[in-house]
Amino acid sequence: MSLINSLKPGGKHGVPSSESRDPIGFLVAGLSKLAQSDLIDTLRLRKSTEQAVFTVTRNGFKTMTTASRTFARAGSRGVDGVRLPAARPRGVFDLTPTEDQQMLVDVVTEFADEVVRPAATEANETCEAPEALLKASLEIGLPILGVPESLGGISEERSAMAGTLVAEALSRGDLGLAVATLAPGSVATALGLWGTDAQQQTYLPAFTGDDVPAAALALNEATVLFDVLSPSTTATRTADGFVLSGVKTLVPRGAQAELFVVGALLDDKPVLFLVESSSTGLSVEADPAMGVRAASLTRLHLDQVTVPADAVLGATDGTTYVECVRLSRLAWCALAIGTGQAVLDYVTPYVKQRQAFGEPIAHRQSVAFMVADIAIELQAMRLVTYKAAARAAAGKNFTREVALARKICADKGMRIGLDGVQLLGGHGFVKEHPVERWYRDLRAIGIMEGSVLV
Amino acid sequence: MINLDDPQKFRPLVGQAHQVAMNMLRPISRKYDQAEHEYPQELDMLAAMIDGLSDSGASEGAGAAGVRREESDGDTTIKNGANLASVMSIAEMCWGDVGLLLSMPRQGLGNSAIASVANPEQLERFEGVWAGMAITEPGVGSDSANIRTTATLDGDHYVINGEKIYVTAGDRADAIVVWATLDRDLGRAAIKSFVVPKGTPGMRVDRLEHKLGIRASDTATITFENCRVPAENLLGSAEVDVKQGFAGAMATFDNTRPLVAAMAIGCARASLDLTRDLLEQSGVVVDYDRPAIVQSAAAAKFLQMEADWEGAYLLTLQAAWMADNREPNSLEASMAKAKAGRVGSDITLSCVELAGSIGYSETELLEKWSRDSKILDIFEGTQQIQQLIVARRVLGLSSAELK
Repeated sequence: MSLINSLKPGGKHGVPSSESRDPIGFLVAGLSKLAQSDLIDTLRLRKSTEQAVFTVTRNGFKTMTTASRTFARAGSRGVDGVRLPAARPRGVFDLTPTEDQQMLVDVVTEFADEVVRPAATEANETCEAPEALLKASLEIGLPILGVPESLGGISEERSAMAGTLVAEALSRGDLGLAVATLAPGSVATALGLWGTDAQQQTYLPAFTGDDVPAAALALNEATVLFDVLSPSTTATRTADGFVLSGVKTLVPRGAQAELFVVGALLDDKPVLFLVESSSTGLSVEADPAMGVRAASLTRLHLDQVTVPADAVLGATDGTTYVECVRLSRLAWCALAIGTGQAVLDYVTPYVKQRQAFGEPIAHRQSVAFMVADIAIELQAMRLVTYKAAARAAAGKNFTREVALARKICADKGMRIGLDGVQLLGGHGFVKEHPVERWYRDLRAIGIMEGSVLV
Repeated sequence: MINLDDPQKFRPLVGQAHQVAMNMLRPISRKYDQAEHEYPQELDMLAAMIDGLSDSGASEGAGAAGVRREESDGDTTIKNGANLASVMSIAEMCWGDVGLLLSMPRQGLGNSAIASVANPEQLERFEGVWAGMAITEPGVGSDSANIRTTATLDGDHYVINGEKIYVTAGDRADAIVVWATLDRDLGRAAIKSFVVPKGTPGMRVDRLEHKLGIRASDTATITFENCRVPAENLLGSAEVDVKQGFAGAMATFDNTRPLVAAMAIGCARASLDLTRDLLEQSGVVVDYDRPAIVQSAAAAKFLQMEADWEGAYLLTLQAAWMADNREPNSLEASMAKAKAGRVGSDITLSCVELAGSIGYSETELLEKWSRDSKILDIFEGTQQIQQLIVARRVLGLSSAELK
């Protein structure tokens, strides 16, 4: 790099590349460099800094992915795995969940209230889900929700609707922790939906057993105007399999994951690949973001990673990948609804208690109408999402419905986060209240692709 | 089991309504937009046809007739009934033309009031009567508890005095459902509705409004001067129950608000359908799988509008579905109307913008729909009234606390 280029301020620290420095600017930049240097520390001019935790700061520190267990090969390759039958609604407009769904929702709601919410603040700080919480999430069956009964799961039919209700209930507790706990089950669900007999027999026993591995669906990439349908991660055919290269971002619990489902372009079509974490060429780096921090987000580097021929999950013509993207968006819509509900439930008592000008601020229309609009848009988000989910579960085309759900949940979800903070005023801006966290989490909707699915 | 697809059993009904809207309303849509106050005689034949369909059982509550709460019969299976049928067919008809739908004989909002609060004897007596609705007064709009029109019992008649404005189909309807107070000192509990047949001495249509939109529908100012109506024309109970307050009269709104939401939905969908077509002709096709940000601004706007539309539509179906299944739905009815009202305006106005001069010119109907839609965020409770109702319910505040 030329000297001139290194003196240019742009292209780093969020400064546009068109910026230039004037003499004062150079002086200030020099002072800033000095202020950051170790020299200052050896002179004991600064309090000792805290040890940066891997997942909390993005420091470019790459590490090997965790060594995966040995997934014992089993089953027949090239033979379709078990497929769940579609739900069969009787053609009646109905908003009533089935008894089984309601039972699930009740269990998960209790878990969200009593375990998830109390853990949310600290998990956000440490960028880590507590071990006990992850364990408890296994006990209530989250990883096997979408796994067919005959393969050790609890599902008798397509689980998109049940999964949507569960994700919503869970994220009412906390969105970040919801992602952390739903990520393994998302991979298991994907195996149930698209896995061959061999893939199901090889991997699913780990998810239905006692020692469930962390696993993640990695579709995001660090591209401006990212289009998930055109990933820049590539898959190249070799004599006995494929070579994958690229970088995936915002991968939940990537440092712990033992199995990844990675999206890559193969012959110009997006395709899903099963990648075990012990594969050579995989490395992982902390990728903390403004929100969803409890999910320990990471960047997954694939440097000439070799995978066998049967690592392809589903079809190679792009159809499986697109369906996966849609089901993942559905999950993020559900997470938005749960978080929006958390905001509504929180601001409602707050505005009734908070006094200004001698009466509760709820008595003012400008405040009350904001709450009303949160309630209205939240219910609209919920209905549009449920429609898409019910169609997915029934095996109907839900392309349009999920696109609309994603749009309304991204737009109105963010609005709810924004208004939630506004309704609390200064209290909304400080970490004493969870509303600022929901604000950060809700920005993820509409950006996130993959990570979870229903 | 959760399923938000359109009810299967109403497909024929909606299909018929769509054909009527396309083949009967659309061809005369511009004509009566321009010829304001002229009676759309084509509608008489249409009304006869719809009656025929009703008699044949082919349709289930094609309009305002079907919004009554049936008494519980202990059956707990989920029903898709008259309320859903009504909102769906009304949306379809308004895809054709809102103004003409409002002028449909025997489908007035007054009919909804009758269907909602009349006793069995009245239901029978007023069957087939086309009824308009008179609530608003020159000095009273959203605060309908303050109406000044009075009804005084005199023997076996009530004597009505007052002035009503914005009476939809006020000149054309067979009868007007008039809101009047039995005793202004007793507040909202004393407000009752009365069926006043056309031609009753003392009732006089003073003038018809010239309007921004829904010009096919006549909007009348009606004066009542010592207008005597039989006591049995008071809808529901004559008792002034201070505890129950306004609930009786307001119950009508739980039924009519989803209908108005349905009108906004139908009108907005007309704009969306045409705009999608026009955009496709100029090479903009909405891709549901690609992120909106990588598509053209027009496609991204379209996605946002369609998503909002879907939300409004499903809120409306929800409110009607709850009524069909005898669940109280005041909150959901107001949510539906608030969302549909504002979405209706955003969509119809944005579609004009997207279509440019094609949208603005009278050569297309886009500009008309953007005028028609505005009233739907106003009548049967403005946007702000809906927000007020929703806010009070959600926050658990009384009307004294949240004014």
